[in-house]
Amino acid sequence: MADETTQQPQQASSEGQQRQAGPGGPRGGGRPGGPRPAGAGGREGGRKYFRRKKVCKFCVEKIDSINYKDVRLLSGFVAESGKIVPRRLTGVCTPHQRRLTEAIKQARNIALLPFTGRS
Amino acid sequence: MRTYEVMFIVRPDMADEDLDRLISTLEGNITTAGGTVKNIERMGKRRLAYTVRKFNDGIYVLFTVDGEGKLIAEVERRLRVAEPVIKFITVRTDEEQKRLDKVKKIRESRQRGRGAQAAAAAQQQAEAQAAGPETAPAAV
Repeated sequence: MADETTQQPQQASSEGQQRQAGPGGPRGGGRPGGPRPAGAGGREGGRKYFRRKKVCKFCVEKIDSINYKDVRLLSGFVAESGKIVPRRLTGVCTPHQRRLTEAIKQARNIALLPFTGRS
Repeated sequence: MRTYEVMFIVRPDMADEDLDRLISTLEGNITTAGGTVKNIERMGKRRLAYTVRKFNDGIYVLFTVDGEGKLIAEVERRLRVAEPVIKFITVRTDEEQKRLDKVKKIRESRQRGRGAQAAAAAQQQAEAQAAGPETAPAAV
């Protein structure tokens, strides 16, 4: 009994270590992945609430019209895969994001921007 | 009368004079149907972002048209039927233009107010400086 009890904690600790070492990869990989989007989105407590208060580029530079014709402006808000970048990553304000989305979709329709490209 | 922008892509292996002929035909259609073509811009040959009807390049043309909705429907029908046109899009621009004008007007009036204030203040300072060293400051 005494031997079992002394052995059990040893076994438990070794198993615990093994268990930690085994899924230590995904667990370690998960942890930096977890707070990072939370830090950017400002969700989880413990991190700063709004990391790097990003300002809307259109509000700052007072760009009024977001046209589907200026591909250079639009392509700054489109990922390499052709997807539209969410506004929590670019910091664009809501009305401008809506206009930007409409312009991007118009540009896609007239083959100025791709729908999907070599993702 | 609404303002529209019609952009269409013509196949790249089209000759210049054929393109001119097509454009003047469309222009004539619009004018006879009661609209006005404000502007025609040939944006030249560009690489397309994806393959359209087996073409990788295309000649872009932009029309700025003033007209009613039925007129635009007719124009679109002709573009759909026209063989060299491979893609087109129509965008209505009068509401957007109205909004831009309003924003610009607000911004100008704000600047004018600030500019007038700044000009008045500068004027007062100049007068005070000019009159101060002599005698009493001039009546502002």
